[in-house]
Parts: sequence; C-alpha cells; structure tokens
Amino acid sequence: MDITRSEVVAVRAAAEVVNVRHIVRRAAVDLAFSLVEQTKIVTAASELARNMVDYGGGGDLTVELLSDGIRKGVRLIFEDQGPGIPDIQQALRDGFTTGKGLGLGLGGAKRLSNEFQIDSAPGRGTRITIVRWKGSA
Amino acid sequence: MAGKSALSDVVQKNGREILSAWVQRQQTDLALRNNLLQPGELQQQASDFLTAFGPAIERGGTDSTTGEAWSPVRDLLSTISRSRARQGFTPAETATFVFSLKRILFDALQREVKDSTQLADEMWKASVVLDDLGLYTTETYQKGREEIINRQQQELMELSTPVVQLWAGVLALPLIGTLDSARTQVVMESLLQSIVDTGSSIAIIDITGVPVVDTLVAQHLLKTVAAARLMGADCIISGIRPQIAQTIVHLGVEISDVMTKATLADAFAVALTRVGLAIVRKG
Ligand SMILES: Nc1ncnc2c1ncn2[C@@H]1O[C@H](COP(=O)(O)OP(=O)(O)O)[C@@H](O)[C@H]1O
Ligand SMILES: [Mg+2]
Repeated sequence: MDITRSEVVAVRAAAEVVNVRHIVRRAAVDLAFSLVEQTKIVTAASELARNMVDYGGGGDLTVELLSDGIRKGVRLIFEDQGPGIPDIQQALRDGFTTGKGLGLGLGGAKRLSNEFQIDSAPGRGTRITIVRWKGSA
Repeated sequence: MAGKSALSDVVQKNGREILSAWVQRQQTDLALRNNLLQPGELQQQASDFLTAFGPAIERGGTDSTTGEAWSPVRDLLSTISRSRARQGFTPAETATFVFSLKRILFDALQREVKDSTQLADEMWKASVVLDDLGLYTTETYQKGREEIINRQQQELMELSTPVVQLWAGVLALPLIGTLDSARTQVVMESLLQSIVDTGSSIAIIDITGVPVVDTLVAQHLLKTVAAARLMGADCIISGIRPQIAQTIVHLGVEISDVMTKATLADAFAVALTRVGLAIVRKG
C-alpha cells in the first residue's frame, strides 16, 4: 500500500475544527468520493478533531491519501498528548460522555469509518486512526 | 577589519558547512515536530536564508536590520514565520529557526578568526543581528496568527442568519455554513426570541446550507427544538439531504420525535396546514 500524499494540520482551538473539515473534504473530493462518502469521513473527522480539542488539549491531524492496487482511500490520524482515555470500551459506548456532549462522537466516528483504531492510555495521550475506502458504501 | 565584516566573509565562504550543521541542529531541536514540515522544506528555507544573509551583512552592516539591504532577509523570515504559524508551530519553535544559527556561526567564526579581540567583536555582531532577527520572527509569527483568527471570525460571522416570517404564525430560520460555534447559540436564541415576539406556533429550521451535521450541531438543533416546544411552538427541520440523513443514522443521534422534511417547501406546506391555512389554485 502506498501513501500518495500526506499533510499534517495542527488542531488547537475549537475554531480550527472548521479547517479540519475543509481539509478532509478536499482529500475526499480529490479521490472522487461520492457525496455520501465525503460526508461520512468529514463528519467522523469533525467528531475526532473536536474531541482532541475538548479532551486532549489539542493535537495534530495527519491526512493521508492511500492507494492499494485499484483501491483508494483516506487515512486520518488524530494524535494528542492529553490525559488519555482510561477505559476505551466505556468511552466508545453510545451516550457516554465526561463532558456535556451527546456521547456519540467516538462510536459514531467508528460506524462512519471502514477501519478504526484507538491507542490510548492514561498520561500517554490518545491516537485514533480511521480509514475510509472509496466505494465502500 | 577595515570596515568590512569578517562575519559576512565567513558566512559566504563557509556557506555549505554552515547550512548542513544548521539544518541538522534545527532538526534535532524540533524533534518530532519536524513532521509538520514538508520533506526538504527546512533545507530550502535555511539555504534561502543563508543566501540572503551574507550579502545583507556586507551591504547593510550589523548595527540595525531595518535598512533596505536587510529587506530580502526580513521578507524571507516573514514568509517563513507566517507559514510556521499556519502549520501549528509555537512562537518559540518558530524563533528557533534564527536562534539555532547562533551556535553554528560562533563555531565558524572561531575556526576562521584567529585574533581574539576581533573574534569577540564578530561574535558580538552575530549575536546582535540574530537577536534582532529572532524578535522580528516572533512579531511576524504573531501577525500570522492574527490573520488566521481574523479569517476564522469572518467565517463565523457569515453565519449571522436572519429569522424570517413566512406567514403570520410561521417562522423560518435558514441556516448556512458552519454550525459549531458560539455563533450558533446566538442564532438559536434569536429564533426563540422571535417565537415570543411574533407569537408564532411553528418554526422551520432549514439546514439545506449546512454541509455537515455532526453530534454538536445535532445537539444544538435538538436543544432548540426542545426549548421552542416548551414555549408552545413546534419546529420542523427541513433540508435534510440524503447524505445528512445517512450520517445522522450512523452517528446514532435520536431525532425520531422531531418532525423532519426533505425541503423547505414541504415544511412550509405542513406549517400552513398547522395554522389552518391551505394553498389553493385560482380559478
Ligand atoms: N482525545 C481524547 N482524549 C481524552 N479523552 C477523550 C478523547 N476523546 C474522547 N474522550 C473521552 O471519551 C468520551 C466520549 O467521547 P465522544 O463519544 O466523542 O462523546 P462526547 O464528545 O459527546 O463526550 C469523552 O467524553 C471523553 O471522556
Ligand atoms: Mg465528542
């Protein structure tokens, strides 16, 4: 599998989540994702970027365009040096929030992605990686 | 020395060694943050800087870096620090670009200048010049951040959407653009206020112009609908396009007790019926 393009964006403040959506949208458009596919990955990115700001003290997003034979996809890596997630299963549960949200961001982002991976531990920050492949409904 | 600075000679003659030592030093200083830069970007910027730096010392001297001779160097630094601001570097990391050159220049001067009085003098000059340029870097970084913030505020302002009365008792709030800001709160509150002011019993929130409905946007919408209901008005959310409907379902947001319509026209027809009116064809 090749990474045909890669860019890193800093996400420190809530106002920068808009920027994340623009950048991810652009990546999805460049791969000719359908409108539904674009909306899914952009929405997932919006959730994870906001979590990074709200709970992780801000972090970096790496946007990668993937090419695997004829398959094309977008990989997003969200990385922060915040407090980490003590209980990942619990955080993924719908309705669970330690803030004032709906508690649907993590689970929602997972359902909107084809691949989803969380690496997190207390005091070691959080890294969440998602992939969406073009044409995977 | 005879007016001419050994510093500019040293920079111009040892350009290549200085460049490689300097780039290496910065890579170490920036450590992992280096991944915010494109490959080769740092090398290019450092090399451009050194190319402009030597001649600027020669022509402009080291007493001040504000003169005409220094303007290529300043322009370059301004471009670099603005782009660092956009890439998410801290002010300190940005200033490192200039400050990390100090040690490298000192080493080069030590190798080249044998007379110790002259050496001290040249080191002083290098120090003054780099401090000056370092401050300038921080200033332009700050300007870069301000530009970003201004642009973002502009984007938020675009959200100032008016509440319109479509008919007596029927309000509409056509939302356009980004919905996850303090601004949303203001717009939603203005809808609630208009419900009171006009005594309307039904309000249409049209989200045709909202590209993404994530959980925060959904939460704002649901809160507004609930608040309007407490005030005796029903809300219809219109403009839910297929891609938005699908993502809402995947997110797991529960909107089944909110009336939704695909288009504003559909919602308007429902609203008119609610207030006891019907549209009939003439003749
Ligand atoms: N990057 C992160 N760092 C630390 N904790 C996080 C992070 N992302 C999510 N969490 C935790 O997971 C919980 C659930 O997140 P999410 O499903 O997005 O719901 P919400 O954002 O509405 O709270 C959060 O309330 C928070 O406790
Ligand atoms: Mg969330």
